[in-house]
Formats: sequence, structure tokens, C-alpha cells
Amino acid sequence: MSKDFTLDVNGKQHTVNVDPDMPLLYALRDDLGLNNPHFGCGLAQCGACTVHLDGQPIRSCVTPVSDAAGHKVVTLAGLGTPEKPHPLQTAYVEEQVPQCGYCINGWIMTAAAFLAEKKRPSEAEIKQALEGLKCRCGTHVSILKAVKRAATMMG
Amino acid sequence: MTKMDKPSAFSRRTLLKGVGALVVSVGTPVGLDMMLATREAFAQGAKPPLMPNELSSFIAINADGSVAAYFGKMDMGHGLFVAIGQMVAEELDVPFKAVKVYMGDTANSVNQGGASGSTGIQFGGKQMRMAAAEARRVLLDMAAEKLGTPADQLIVVNGAVSAAFNRDKKTSYGELIGGRYFNVQLEWNKQWGNALYAPGKAKPKLHTAHKIVGQPVRREDVAPKVFAQEDFVTDVKVPGMVHGRMIRPPVAGAVPVKVDETSIRDIPGAKAVWEKGFLGVVADREWDAIKAAEKLKVEWSDAAPPFPEQATLYDHIRKAPVRKSQIDQQNGNVEEAFKAAARVIEAEYEWPFQSHASMGPACALVEIKDGKVTCWSGTQKSHFVQQGIAATLGVPAETVHVIWQTGPGSYGRNDADDCAADAATLAKAVGKPVRLQYMREQGTGWDPKGPASVHKVRAALDASGNVTAYEFISKAFSRVDVDTNGSKPFDTLNGQTRGVALKSGDGFGVPAESYAFANKKMGWETIPPLLDRASPLRTSHLRDPVGPQIHFASESFIDEVAAAVNADPIEFRLRYVKDARDIALLKAVAEKSGWQSRPSPRRDQVGAKVAGRGIAYSQRNGTRVAIVAEVEIDRGSGKIHAKKFTVAHDCGQIINPDGLVKCIEGNIVQGISRTLWEEVTFDSKAVTSVDWTTYPILDITETPEAIDCVLINRPELDPSGAGEPSIRPVAAAIANAIFDATGVRIRRVPFSPDRVKAALS
Repeated sequence: MSKDFTLDVNGKQHTVNVDPDMPLLYALRDDLGLNNPHFGCGLAQCGACTVHLDGQPIRSCVTPVSDAAGHKVVTLAGLGTPEKPHPLQTAYVEEQVPQCGYCINGWIMTAAAFLAEKKRPSEAEIKQALEGLKCRCGTHVSILKAVKRAATMMG
Repeated sequence: MTKMDKPSAFSRRTLLKGVGALVVSVGTPVGLDMMLATREAFAQGAKPPLMPNELSSFIAINADGSVAAYFGKMDMGHGLFVAIGQMVAEELDVPFKAVKVYMGDTANSVNQGGASGSTGIQFGGKQMRMAAAEARRVLLDMAAEKLGTPADQLIVVNGAVSAAFNRDKKTSYGELIGGRYFNVQLEWNKQWGNALYAPGKAKPKLHTAHKIVGQPVRREDVAPKVFAQEDFVTDVKVPGMVHGRMIRPPVAGAVPVKVDETSIRDIPGAKAVWEKGFLGVVADREWDAIKAAEKLKVEWSDAAPPFPEQATLYDHIRKAPVRKSQIDQQNGNVEEAFKAAARVIEAEYEWPFQSHASMGPACALVEIKDGKVTCWSGTQKSHFVQQGIAATLGVPAETVHVIWQTGPGSYGRNDADDCAADAATLAKAVGKPVRLQYMREQGTGWDPKGPASVHKVRAALDASGNVTAYEFISKAFSRVDVDTNGSKPFDTLNGQTRGVALKSGDGFGVPAESYAFANKKMGWETIPPLLDRASPLRTSHLRDPVGPQIHFASESFIDEVAAAVNADPIEFRLRYVKDARDIALLKAVAEKSGWQSRPSPRRDQVGAKVAGRGIAYSQRNGTRVAIVAEVEIDRGSGKIHAKKFTVAHDCGQIINPDGLVKCIEGNIVQGISRTLWEEVTFDSKAVTSVDWTTYPILDITETPEAIDCVLINRPELDPSGAGEPSIRPVAAAIANAIFDATGVRIRRVPFSPDRVKAALS
């Protein structure tokens, strides 16, 4: 049975009437009309659906809406804007990272949460933090350059 | 307000609007009597037919003087549109930013073949360059008449035309033709697709005059992606749209015999669409469509499991009947030379089925309204999908409009074209627009696969260790069991499930190199597919179709021969390579990588971790790539770390060096992934590679520490492709490095830890 849930997404309140078991991903995409994050696997294996829940990266494709209600959800669109970009977004543009770009949520949102907690990480620590995320175009080299650049920007 | 109507900073959503703007300005009445004769001849208000012999099919000048370039190919993430924009801007003498490239929309571009065979610049760019050059010639003729100055005394700076000796005599492209269409015919070769070529009378600029071509212009689509402002095909919505999902059989080849729609009656709007082997569901909400696909009770026909046990795959290939065999290259008398050989070296190599495993499973949206069909697709070939949807629905192709929109990755004939046809069938059945996205297990489990293969190679040596004969024969599944595009129903899962007559094609390939052996024979044999219709192991094009497997074999084997005669692998290749550009390439990669001359293997390492270096090189349709791979092997775990790559790349004239480097990096990483990890698994009933756990790809923790590129620019030559050539020699370079480190030759891909460990023990 559908129920009303209030979602706090990118600082705005939205009420959705959906199946409590429905993954957050579909509420964000279909009810709120956000064109991010993306459906990649529905299995929490790739990261394309990643958003922040109270600052922590979660896979929205397996997180029920009912678990997200009452928490702060931030998507890639809420992380920064062209006028006020997150350092990772700046670094991504500088390093011209994406090819198809479909995987981008996973990398940026996961790295953003990591860099918020870890200052001046080593390359090995960055790799470890991003382990398991998928990029099929093979932009791995540029991703690492961008995260290192952002880490430097964030001091 | 739908998503497509929302104003946006980004160009792709304004794509449709851009076209509209042009038409609007065209619609402004222009008194023909005000026109000069030349202008009447060269410009008109009504749009000429969208045919390749019309300049207006490629280039238009907007009222503000900006340039629209209509391109019948599309960018798969390499920034192709940047390179095309550079080439067009260069020929027209306008700023790069004045050019907007519209890609893959059947309403405003002609069929230039779509994304295909790394020909975006090689063929697509060549055509756009010629069209832009012709546009400039025509504009200068118009300016000459208007200004009363001969065309050869005019100069163009940023789209402003002036007399060289009197700068006050001036006009602009916008003034000359802005907002009206070129009415200029091109010399079309009457070919469609990649072969389409339609030059005008103009000659393109000499490379020495290039100012924009060759520059590292950046991609403008990166920021919209990074700020989540770009609509992918998955994001398109139209009013009244419902969501679809497909249902595939548990045993490949089975078809539904009973579908119980009451099993989904509790789901709002849920409906099953069943036609022979085709079975899908729609629902108003996406999550409901997913649930309906899971809940729908289906009884399947009792199909015999069609596949051999995976462990017997290569035996199957060796024993299978040959459906077609072809010798593509032959010189001398190979049989006689082998009889006279002092020594014969032979080896066989094996390559598995591989999946496109695109980042997201395919998605398409089809709307059928007022006798018109509109399809949004991430396809590589929208003009072919237009034909495919027309055939699927039984409507004229002119009534079908396919709009290409960035998809979730591609890499060849993936599941995109199947999805477009399936969405069309669903939309027709339910009378509503349907957005269909496949599920992950379908994206990996049911996409057309790169063909598995066995390669048999032998070389004859004389008493001095010279190669006197060489033979290379592949036996494999066809690269075109289903064709490279979805234009014909027998090539789509949709058509095959709905029972159209089959037509499986045959094709493979041979090594592309310039080894001059006195007696040489290279050919291939194809075998029938394991299941003739609607097979999850149907085979087609996967990035650099058949290139990685063939050159894994051929370049591993050359290394084996070099080792057999105790020669340095690069020096050995240079004894036989005859093409001057190949020679330069091999020398460049040796120098850049700090290659020390010695034979492989090293034989000087002890301990668990050993390191080695390997070379491989190949050609691809004019482009040449040589790679030195440096790897580390953990003998204990069998794990390989492909640590460093040096890539020498010669694709003729370089249009955008930064774009090229990114393109190479992606090729190398995907190549490592396919070499070390990728293998489609299956049991007798179905493909069991259905997600990222069962189809692992290279992880970020395994990223090479460096990919050093040596870009050999040959501006005097036409550009050739870069989208695929550098993935081609990756597997062999790694295999040769493993041999260098360990003395062990691995002849089967992937080099997974278990397999490497077993080979080393």
C-alpha cells in the first residue's frame, strides 16, 4: 500500500505517495524529476545511483523510501552548482574526466563524503575509498587525477 | 511541463530548439527580388530535401552568423563533437564556439553510419570538412558579388568577410545567408552510412593553415554532466508515458505458453504484452513495472538446454562444423615452405565471449502519436534504428523520428537497438508512450556478445632462425551473427522473439600488421551460433570487433617466435615490419618506455613478486598503435598488476590531442579489464554473467600507475580513427609481459588470478 513520505532532498521538502519498499532511486527520478542519480544495476554493485543520506554515501537503488524519510538527502545536483561548485566538480571539469558520464554519481558522491572526512589522503587511500565503484568507459586514470586535485583544493 | 520542455543551460536539450530557431528565421519572408543572382542560386527559404547531395543537409548558417553542423554520427564519450566542431570551424574560418554540432537526429541529419568502426573523424569528419569548405567557397562567391570584389581578394576572420585591400568593404556570413538554407548541390557518391561521401567543388585548407584543428579544445558537455544538468536517454519523459520492462526466459530458447495476467492485477496499470516469444509488461509507475515483471506468472515451453558446458567451449569451437571460411591474405606458397622448414613453431590461443556490460542497461522511449513515431534512444546508429522501428511497426520509415540521446555507455552493438524495437512494440500494444529500460541481468545477460574464438598459428623457420612461412587461422563464432545495427528485425531480439525468418551473417577477420613473410596465409572460419534465435549468446560487434582476440593471438605468437630464436621482441619485429609508419611507431614506443634490448624471458628474478615488460603492435584501418606493458605478477595469488603502459599512436592528422589521449586511456583501461577479468559465463540453460559480481571488470584499485602516450602527428595525412585501435594490442602486450617476467606463456583470456596461478604452478 502506498503511503505519504516527506523527503528532504537538496534542502527542499517533498511529499511523495509511494510504496514504502520502493527504492529511493525511483522517488528521486520519477516523483521528484531529478535526472540524477542513475539506475545502473539495482543491486548496490556499481554506484551510479549514489546519493548522500545525512552526509554518507548510500546506494539509492536498494534503500527503501521509508528509510530515507526524515533524513537529509543530497544528490549530485545538490552537491554544487556551476556558480558554487564542489571542489570535486571543479576538478572533474578541469581533468575532463567523464566519457559517457553515466557512472558519475557514484564517483563524485562517494569521493565527496570521503574527502569531507579525510584530509590529504594518499593515492592508496583514495583508491580504497572508491573500491567497487564501476566505470565501464575506463576513465579510471582521470578519476584518480580529479580526486587528488580536489583533495589538494580542499587542503 | 515535461522534462524536454524545461529550459536548460545545456545544448543537447536545446537541440530541438536550435533546429526550430533556424526554421523560424527561415520562415521570415525574404523578398526574392531583393536578392542578387548569386544569392538566389545559393540560398533559399524552403529547406531542400534532407539528402546527402544537399549542402544544407550538413551545414547551415543561422541568422546570427553562428553555424549549425548536422552530423549523421554521434559521440560515444570521446568528445567527437568537439573534433567535428573544430574541423567545421577551421574550414569556415569561424570561431570554434560559433559552431554547434547536432548529432544523430534522423530529422536533421543524413545516415553517415552512426558511431561505427572508429570512423567518426575518419569518414564523418572528412565529410563535414568537405561540406564546410564548400560552404565557405559559396559564401565567398556570394560576398564577392555583394562587395564587387573577386573572391580571391576576400579574407574571412571569425565569419566576417572583407576585401583584403579595403577593409571597409565588408559583410558577414550572417548577412549573406543567415537564416536561409544553402541551395547548393554536392557530388554525392550515392553511398549511405560510413561510405557516404559528398564533396563540393571546394578543396579543404592545407594543414599548414590550420589554426583550430590540432588544438586541445575542451569538451563542453563535461560540466553539464558533472552538475547533473544533462539529460541522458534514461531521463527523457513525455506526457502520458508508462514504464515497460521485458521478461526473458529462464532457459534460452523457451517461449511463453501461458501468461496469467491476473497475477499482476493488483498492480496499478499493469498489463502484459505477449506475442510469441516476446513478453513484456507496462505499468504507470516504474517501480510497479519492475514488480509486475517479477510477479507475472509465466509458463514456459519445455526447451532443451541449448548450450554446452562452459568448460567445453573451446572444444566445441574446434569440433563445430565450419559455416564459412575465407582466406583474406595470402602470398607465396605456405605449404611448400612448411615442408622445407628447419623448425616449426605452433600455438593456439583462446578468447571467451565478452559482454558490452554497459554502465546501465539499455533504455528507449517510443511515442506513437498522430501517425508519427518518435523514439529517443542511446543507440550508436539512429538512422538504422529508424528503419528497424519502421519494420517492427510496419510503418514507412519517413514517419519514424529517432532522436539520439546520450546513453549509458555503448562500445558497439550493445542492447540499445534491441531496446528501441522492444519499446516500439510495447508502445504500439498499449497505445501509450512507453519508456523501457532493461534490468541489469538483461544488460549483461542478454546483450549481443563479442564472439568467442580459437586461433591457430604456426611459423616455419630456416636453419638461421629466419621466418620463412607464417599461417594464421581463426575459428570462431561470427562477428555478425546479428548485424551491427538494428535496422532489420531478424537482427534484433524483438524480431527474433516475434518469429521473423532468421538470417545469421558470417564474418571475422585477420591480423592487421605489416610483417613481410615470404610465404604468408591468414584467414578465418566461422561456426553456427549455439542457439539460432533469441540467444543470449548471439554474437556481434564489441569494441574493436574481433581485434582484441585476433591480435592477442598474433602478437603473442610473434613474441613466441622471437623468444624461440632468442631475439629481443622489438628488434625481432623490426626484422619483418615493412611499413615505414609502423617502424617509426615501434622505435618511438621503445624509446619512450626506456626499452632495453634483450630477449624474453628475464630469468633474473626470485621471490613471490616478479615484473616483466611486453610489446605488441597492430594496425587498424590506417591507424597504428604500439604498446609496451609493464606488469607485476604475484606468483602466490596469481594476481597481475598491469602497472604501466607506454602507447605510441599514429592516426594521421591529430584533430584534438587532449581528446585523443583520453580516448587512448579509456581503451587501455577497458583493454586491461577485458584481458584480466572479462569472460561471459553460462550453463547449459542460460548466461550466468548477470551483474558486476558475475561479470567483474577492472577495479579502480587496479588502475595502472601511468599511461604514457606518444602521439605521432602526421598533419599532412588524412586522419584515421582512434576510438578502438589502442584496445587492440593490449592483451598481447600484457601476455608478453607475463612471459617476460615468468617464462610462462598464457594463451587463454582472461588472465584471472586462478588461471595465472595454475599456469605458474
